[in-house]
Amino acid sequence: MIDIQWLIGGEAGYGIMTTGVMMSKVFTRLGLSVYDYVEYPSLIRGGHNAYYVRASEETIFSQKRKVEILVALNRETIDKHKDELSEKAAVVYDPEITKVDPNEFSKEIILVPIPFLDLIKQLNADRLMINTVGVGASLALFHSDFEILNGILQDAFGKKGEKIISENVNTSKAGFDFVKKNFSGKFSISLEKKPQKSILLSGAESVGLGAIKAGIKFAAIYPMTPINNIQSTLVSNALKYNIVIKEPEDEISGINMAIGASYGGARSMVATSGGGFALMVESLGLASQTETPIVFIEGMRPGPATGFPTWTEQGDLQFVLHAAHGDFPRIVMAPGDILEAFECTVRAFNLAEKYQLPVIVLVDKYLMEGHGTIDKYQISNIKYQIERGKTLKDEEISTQTDYKRYSFTDDGVSPRSLPGQKGGIALSGTDEHDERGHYNEDAENRVRMMDKRFKKLESAMSEIPKPQLFGDKEAPLTIISFGSTKMTIMQAISDLKKQGININYLHVIYMSPFPSETVSEIMKNSKKTLVIENNKTGQFESLICEKTSLVPSDHFRKYDGRPFYPEEIVDKVKQLI
Amino acid sequence: MTQLQDLEITYDKPNWCPGCGDFGIWMALKNAIVQTGLNPWEVVLVSGIGCSSKVPYWVKTYGFNGLHGRPVPVAQGLKLANHSLNIIAIGGDGDQYGEGMSHIVHAARRNTNITLLVHDNQLYSLTTGQYSPTTDMGEKNKATPVPTIETPLNSLSVALSAGATFVARGYAGDVKNLTELIINAVKHKGFSIVDIMQPCVTFNKKNTYAWFNERIYRLEDEKFDFNSKEKAFSRIEEWPLRKSLKEGEKERIPIGIFYKEERPTWEDGIPQIVQAPLVKQSLENIDINPLLDEFK
Repeated sequence: MIDIQWLIGGEAGYGIMTTGVMMSKVFTRLGLSVYDYVEYPSLIRGGHNAYYVRASEETIFSQKRKVEILVALNRETIDKHKDELSEKAAVVYDPEITKVDPNEFSKEIILVPIPFLDLIKQLNADRLMINTVGVGASLALFHSDFEILNGILQDAFGKKGEKIISENVNTSKAGFDFVKKNFSGKFSISLEKKPQKSILLSGAESVGLGAIKAGIKFAAIYPMTPINNIQSTLVSNALKYNIVIKEPEDEISGINMAIGASYGGARSMVATSGGGFALMVESLGLASQTETPIVFIEGMRPGPATGFPTWTEQGDLQFVLHAAHGDFPRIVMAPGDILEAFECTVRAFNLAEKYQLPVIVLVDKYLMEGHGTIDKYQISNIKYQIERGKTLKDEEISTQTDYKRYSFTDDGVSPRSLPGQKGGIALSGTDEHDERGHYNEDAENRVRMMDKRFKKLESAMSEIPKPQLFGDKEAPLTIISFGSTKMTIMQAISDLKKQGININYLHVIYMSPFPSETVSEIMKNSKKTLVIENNKTGQFESLICEKTSLVPSDHFRKYDGRPFYPEEIVDKVKQLI
Repeated sequence: MTQLQDLEITYDKPNWCPGCGDFGIWMALKNAIVQTGLNPWEVVLVSGIGCSSKVPYWVKTYGFNGLHGRPVPVAQGLKLANHSLNIIAIGGDGDQYGEGMSHIVHAARRNTNITLLVHDNQLYSLTTGQYSPTTDMGEKNKATPVPTIETPLNSLSVALSAGATFVARGYAGDVKNLTELIINAVKHKGFSIVDIMQPCVTFNKKNTYAWFNERIYRLEDEKFDFNSKEKAFSRIEEWPLRKSLKEGEKERIPIGIFYKEERPTWEDGIPQIVQAPLVKQSLENIDINPLLDEFK
């Protein structure tokens, strides 16, 4: 079974990101299961970038530690990643740029020196193209046909004109041919093309597609890592799907624009990271108090303040659960992988509108920026109905004479008029208000209104899917986790199975309302519970304790800005059982 | 045709202090809606927080009473969702020129087709009279142990620099003139701002009706040409005062239209809403399958 990880490293500004996605596409089109992961600093030029692409004949869920092909665009890459090389790995480099001593590697490592710069010079291409040579060279190590890369380049650069295409094709072909000629058959892995089953999506693209599917009409997004690709996905499809996407002057303006647009009846969303969300906090309460539907995408990265802007962490869980003053209902969901990012996003729009409250989709850099293969039909066959709940149609409201925007109802949800509708005139107020939205200081009214708003959360609970338990019910250990750690945990479970170790895993998506009953029941039936989360203080573990009054037996936390690796989880599990 | 009584709220009534300038603005606003011939359900008053921002409570149109300083972004988003609405944002000088000033700058440069009315009483009055961005220099009140040396903000000058296409000042003590200004502002295609001098009878002991009456003059009485930015700036600079007065000299406070210009609005640049406002567009049968093939 082939399971290969390719890594390209070099200075930022050398197109490492583009090259990485290209290699992911190569493996995708070869019919493999793919996952990629990128590390980069917060700058445009200089600094070290590393792009990992893992591909396998069996379904994979995350990156892994060991690297089978390392493309080093500079010496720093070798120094930083030498220890990650697997036994028979190939190291691709230009001896002119990167001085390598064969003795620094074990004997089985295959050195593949390629004159990147010479090849570039011969073709009169820009020095920045050396990464493209690297891709072509890498391909030749494990696959015999250049056509696969040619097709990807045509698709990627088709719109940019013949010159750009031919420059890319020629440079990568030069690398490909050089390896074919000089290193043919040296590398241990050889890949044949199989029928392609999947498409390649990043978490951010998946959220963007989900929003489009859900009928998003308005988004206000101030740029911030790691959600920028949500913005670009929406922008590139804005004209096709009639979506208005604006870049506000700041996040406070952004969320208020989105609330205004949603109040007007357009399905609306904001996307940001923790710092931007911090600016939106007061307005989160505004949305809940005025009962205005709104979807937030919060892409976590390590804080506080600017923190570690291009790295990953799950450190905002308790923040989003408690953000803004006062008690008010909100829905918080944390998708675990690229497909769930799509599913949660489409559902978020329905929940927001049906229950007229803010819905936060909590993601992180790891999920947003990594690409993975998913079956296209898992998205295209999804049964999705846009549900607008009690949003009133013109004909339902036009003849009303005494409409009350915040009328008391059994499920807490009041029929909602939209500005412009005759008969629906109403005040949407941020003050505590009566059924008409008017300021009201009466004690009894305050209690009824608070109870009404919270009733919506109870009502929503009935349609929220229960958390899923993966694996054997009777396993000796239960992992409990939330959000993007799912990817690594699923990989670890698969790896453990091969070693004859069976564990199970409770994946919790809904943080609010929290599925206390299911979690309690599973915890009570577990022999041992291990909470895995990507933060220092155990924010998810605290939530479990708070909501179930049960204390998990073990935990595993990581807060160095890196995601978990399946190997780490495998080791941790082995220590515990 | 909309009548004044169509705008009356029967179950609630204004709770401003007797004599508050807000009453004059409230009346002028209702008059303007009636005289412009707008249907109440096609008008949305979007306000912030403060005495002024209570206006939507007492006018029977759609109303959104949001956060301090933020009505302008709400109004802009609402406009993009449904550009057939007539949207009037309302706030005070603290709300708009303190917390919300940056939003005015950006709404002005975008030229969003909304109107902003700023009730300018030169104080934070709902919190019992602290100094605001437009408090006269040298005033002493409960927020400062010594007279303030902060230069008052000339917000209309900022709005004009930023690209506002309709810039005016009104006076709560001249309802007739103010009604005309609001009508013009609402009819204007683009971002219109009306700064309205609004005496606070409880906390502002200096800038009273009597004080304003002695200083205010109408630009139209001087046949002022509002098509020139240069002339507009020179009149806008007359008030708030940013220099010392000579012995016996009095401030001159212009009211009326300083500047008016036609320029494409924000909404004009959005092809997505040419056919119909966003809110009127169908959400049925959204097919993303063609997009999925781009990710092969």
